[in-house]
Amino acid sequence: MADARPLKRIIATDCGSTTTKSILIEYIDGEYRQTVRGEAPTTVEKPLNDVTKGVINAVTELEELARLKYKDDSIKFIKDDTIWISEKENEGVDAYVSTSSAGGGLQMMVTGVVAKMTGESAERAALGAGAIVMDLIASNDKRPNYEKIERIRQMRPDMILMAGGVDGGTTKHVAEMGELVAAADPRPRLGSSYKLPVIYAGNNKARDIIKDALGEKTDLIITDNLRPTLENENLGPARDKIHDLFMEHVMAQAPGYNKLMSWVKGPKDGKLVTIPIMPTPAAVGNIMQTIAKVHDIEVLGVDIGGATTDIFSVFTKNKVFNRTVSANLGLSYSISNVLATAGLEEILRWVPFDIDESGLRNMIKNKMIRPTTIPQQLEELVLEQAIAKEALKYAFIQHKEFAVGLKGAQRQREISEAFSQSTSGESVVNMMTLDLLVGSGGVLSHAPRRNQSAMMMVDAFLPEGITRLAVDSIFMMPQLGVLAEISEKAATEVFEKDCLIYLGCCVAPVGKIKPDKTALTAKIELPNGEVFQEDIKFGEVRLLPCGVGETAKATLKPGRGLDIGAGKGQEIKTELQGGVVGIVLDTRGRRPFTLPLEASKRVPLLKKWMKEFKAYPEEILK
Amino acid sequence: MAQAYSPGLTVTDNIVLKKERILPLKGTVLVKKADKVKAEDLVAETLLPGKVVPFNLSNKLGVTPPMHMQYVKVKAGDKIKKGDLLAQTNGFLGLFKSTVKSPIVGEIENISKITGQMLLREPKIPIQVKAFIAGVVVEVIPEEGVIIENKSAYIQGIFGIGGETFGEIKMLVDSPGQPLDVKMIDDSCKDKIIVCGAMVTYAVIKKAQEVGVAGIITGGIDDRDLNKLLGYNIGVAITGHEEVGLTIVVTEGFGEIGMAKKTYGLLKQFDGHKASIHGITQIRAGVMRPEIIIPIKFKEEELTESETRMSTLEIGTTIRVIRQPNFGVIGKVTGLPEQLTKVESETLVRILEAELENGEKVIIPRANVEVIED
Repeated sequence: MADARPLKRIIATDCGSTTTKSILIEYIDGEYRQTVRGEAPTTVEKPLNDVTKGVINAVTELEELARLKYKDDSIKFIKDDTIWISEKENEGVDAYVSTSSAGGGLQMMVTGVVAKMTGESAERAALGAGAIVMDLIASNDKRPNYEKIERIRQMRPDMILMAGGVDGGTTKHVAEMGELVAAADPRPRLGSSYKLPVIYAGNNKARDIIKDALGEKTDLIITDNLRPTLENENLGPARDKIHDLFMEHVMAQAPGYNKLMSWVKGPKDGKLVTIPIMPTPAAVGNIMQTIAKVHDIEVLGVDIGGATTDIFSVFTKNKVFNRTVSANLGLSYSISNVLATAGLEEILRWVPFDIDESGLRNMIKNKMIRPTTIPQQLEELVLEQAIAKEALKYAFIQHKEFAVGLKGAQRQREISEAFSQSTSGESVVNMMTLDLLVGSGGVLSHAPRRNQSAMMMVDAFLPEGITRLAVDSIFMMPQLGVLAEISEKAATEVFEKDCLIYLGCCVAPVGKIKPDKTALTAKIELPNGEVFQEDIKFGEVRLLPCGVGETAKATLKPGRGLDIGAGKGQEIKTELQGGVVGIVLDTRGRRPFTLPLEASKRVPLLKKWMKEFKAYPEEILK
Repeated sequence: MAQAYSPGLTVTDNIVLKKERILPLKGTVLVKKADKVKAEDLVAETLLPGKVVPFNLSNKLGVTPPMHMQYVKVKAGDKIKKGDLLAQTNGFLGLFKSTVKSPIVGEIENISKITGQMLLREPKIPIQVKAFIAGVVVEVIPEEGVIIENKSAYIQGIFGIGGETFGEIKMLVDSPGQPLDVKMIDDSCKDKIIVCGAMVTYAVIKKAQEVGVAGIITGGIDDRDLNKLLGYNIGVAITGHEEVGLTIVVTEGFGEIGMAKKTYGLLKQFDGHKASIHGITQIRAGVMRPEIIIPIKFKEEELTESETRMSTLEIGTTIRVIRQPNFGVIGKVTGLPEQLTKVESETLVRILEAELENGEKVIIPRANVEVIED
């Protein structure tokens, strides 16, 4: 959408479970910038019980800071206890938008016929709409029917998305699923006064059957099939319905949201219209897709929180978007589950000193029960970052498994594909073609040294070839995602200039060779005039200075059998982008990346790499 | 700003407590407003819909849907007993009939023409809600439950396992720092809530299970022992549903940590009194912590809730350190500098200055302390 006239001032808020964050975006000297930010505790619980109180507090802070910044006491964003939207240039703001994840976000259950086909498509639709998927129930998921019924009954989702069958196909299995849901008679999570919303987006021939089974018991909404043919996915209509219902049902149950829904307004096509409140993760997905589209790049984003880790990706020429939520991989509430998932050994392989098992286990559990504490000792920081690497690694594994091409689709294969034995349902995640890796969440955005963030992202995601690294400075991606609904330009400009902090880039040859062989021959003309030139052996890390906005001319030749993007052993001449950390040359190998099992060999290597990364003070790495 | 909010766990000898006792589904409330109830009294009950038993009728009859419908002998809503005839084919010349009988007592939920599936439903399951705390019914929420109020000595734990239980408090140690020896547990501990000091081991828990202890209150527990007890690692702190035969309330944390003196003192003061405890912990939005509730005598006019006070950090406030170094140590705030300060891990945080019990002067991130009400 083209922007008609620049919006002078925009306020965006994100109402999280604990904190409501507000930002002010202004049009200054021909560009959009984020100028002031504020925050206040979210007020959805007793005694205040009204989300708008927290919003007003967070916006009041913006107002006060803006007055200070511009030394102008007449600045006013709030009028009559509401956000002041005015079409006049010098008063109030032009638009107010908001996202929300308060009250545990949007929790959904999805059903399909074949788990790996329609089930997966339904899951993708729900995740893309910003939901947490509590369970996927499919006709072929091997659980006996009585177990499925019990499961549906136990869960109290905010809504159910039912898919199944291609249009015009057999209706029997879809009908059976409808019967199971009806038998379970599920109740909504919030409030017992309304019927549970169920969206049916399956075989169009089965609509009447589903109406008969569920029309009375639930609030049934029928929309287009999200998998009309095996070769096509059509997630848009189902996602839109999820968003509508999120507003009408889930949000309407949360205290104060009816009021908030009447506040969110902005100009669209010259008219002042309501801009729906978006679930926070849906908004993050929105900005990722916008950036990928505007710059024609592949993007991978991660948000690691206390309870969950979200991963967003936009890959391939068609800009295929995927989002996954690893519901129990996080660094405070769920930290103990990272230990349960990864195991102690996997965590300890990132720790460059000795620690006894019992002490580590108790430390992790104590963090779980007192999630707001922060590591005061250096050793505890190193441990938390080691745990973060494993949490990110496992969340990424889950993402790669989920972000796949459509399964069950028939396609013509070229001869080269036949030789490479590619099949339908392969992961679309390709680290070699990835352009930008963005990290956010406390452990990445607020690490004491940015070098630690870069190291954690490189160690966990193992980027291949040449990849740019960045972190979200204050996690304003949600607000920018919903802002993109009214102004793509404002959203992308602020994303580039104020949201992202570029760390630099990582160059990593793919493959494995012997340690004494050269893995990368690099000649890099650094911005300070120096020329870095080295035949870097396998198993090394180098960090070169190259600041934000600077670039370095590089000639990079991978060792025999290794690839940095142009093919095995093929040289690349390119410009490397800098950042607050610099240029990382990583020859530790990919596919596989291995760490020695014995501590006596592993610890010296870790220390060497951490020193190169300048990740921690020297004394802990002696 | 010379003060800041810092959450702490409540430990008090006197609090007006309100407890909602609500059914999971609508049902019947069994008490009236102003009724006096004991902890074990039933206050509300309901019937949960019975389990659904699905099976494919057309397969069992050996016909394809919707042919099976002509052989069905029952209809949705019919009450059935085990062995009742549900469907029967005509067979050949009256012979070789396929017969399907009910495997359960209950009723017919649904018979599908399209899939050939039959759903039976078992009888409803009664669910009962007890008062859990002795007190007065101050509000009846029709068809849903009640609110009970009382005056209690009250302690919030940091973590627990196991559901609601009651019993007399029995002190087993002489000081808050003393770990419990397995020999201290004997038959006199049956149905009691036993109080340990700094640590409860796997062996102690096992012995407590054997003699039928109702609950254990402890300063610390080792994660490995907990793991061994449950047979799995607790991944996410949502507990209370464990079925290990007793309830455990941990007041301080994981590892050997002496129970806070105030907590220990309070439990000692009420040695022999009846208490209600639970281990339900949920550390997410809508935090829930385990509770130890010891009802005390009160007059009804005393039941006015005092305003919830935000515990604040000020110079002179007593605090407890809740993370290494000095985990568990008590101190007094001596300074609250405004500016962000770099601590050993190089993290820039708001800190406080404190003097610990041993006289040592330290700086601590404000996030790593909790306020102890004097």
